[in-house]
Amino acid sequence: MSDTASLPVRLLKGFGRFWWDFLVGDTPEITVAVIVIVGAVALVVHVMRVNALAYVALPLLVIITFAVTLYRARKTG
Amino acid sequence: MIATLSSSTSVVVLVGAVFLASAVEMVEALTIVLAVGHVRGWRSALQGVAVAILALGALVGAFGPALVHVPLSTLRLVVGIVLLIFGMQWLRKAMLRSSGLKAKHDEDAIYRETVAELQAQGAPVGRDPVAFVVAFKGVFLEGLEIVITVLTLGTSAHRLGLAVIVAAIAVVLVGIVGVIVAQQLSSVPENAMKMVVGIMLVSYGTFWTGEGLHVRWPGGDTTLLVLVVFYAVVAAAFIRVLRMTHHVAQEPAHE
Repeated sequence: MSDTASLPVRLLKGFGRFWWDFLVGDTPEITVAVIVIVGAVALVVHVMRVNALAYVALPLLVIITFAVTLYRARKTG
Repeated sequence: MIATLSSSTSVVVLVGAVFLASAVEMVEALTIVLAVGHVRGWRSALQGVAVAILALGALVGAFGPALVHVPLSTLRLVVGIVLLIFGMQWLRKAMLRSSGLKAKHDEDAIYRETVAELQAQGAPVGRDPVAFVVAFKGVFLEGLEIVITVLTLGTSAHRLGLAVIVAAIAVVLVGIVGVIVAQQLSSVPENAMKMVVGIMLVSYGTFWTGEGLHVRWPGGDTTLLVLVVFYAVVAAAFIRVLRMTHHVAQEPAHE
């Protein structure tokens, strides 16, 4: 987009860039993992109807995501 | 009795998370404003700050009351997801910094870099658009993160007023202390604060994502405190493992 873009377009682009940086940034694996976690827990609650598994799985999946993203950070330096 | 304890736990975590998150962002904004004020003069810098504060206030005024009308379970699910992503990013960075895998956020270095960039722009004549824009952007972007934290935590807990007051106190306190100590913002234990905020945001994110999905937490709101302790212990364990593996990787191989 050139510098001659209209103010609304520039504002919209800036708004989109802010949310992209805020929610994805340099750790897309966290965003993807959270979406997968929400889907998995929704299945456990609404399809399997096992509440105990849901409240154990939710924090456990968060921890597994941390393990993966920290391992990735360590590998890439 | 149990309901009172649950409510108090929720309020303490809310106040702690909003206060620390607002203080951390304020330190970052203040570093930029101090650099702009010292190099380019205070008039345009403070005008930039004032316009940014007005814009942030308008955002809270526009979105705060609107969010109250969103159904609670939908609001908590969306807020839970946002807090989970945002909190995990914060906590990940804080763990990497604590373990030595990532350089710590250095306010002195940021101050020096901002000063160098501003000096390269040449001496200001009359009104200074550079000072205005840099101060505005610094305050608006850091302030936007405070606004998101206040709106998400405040509306989901049905305590938006309390969240706004706590954030305002944090911002004013950091502002006063920052102006008094000026260029010594690097002495603020920013990474430790970010670690605590990250743990609280991830705990809130987990709790509200569960609530939004209709998970029934054992112990109701007190589960929030259990989650805070759980994630604090796990974060400490991750840091320990990262430090150990980092040192092993750095040691030279012996024959």
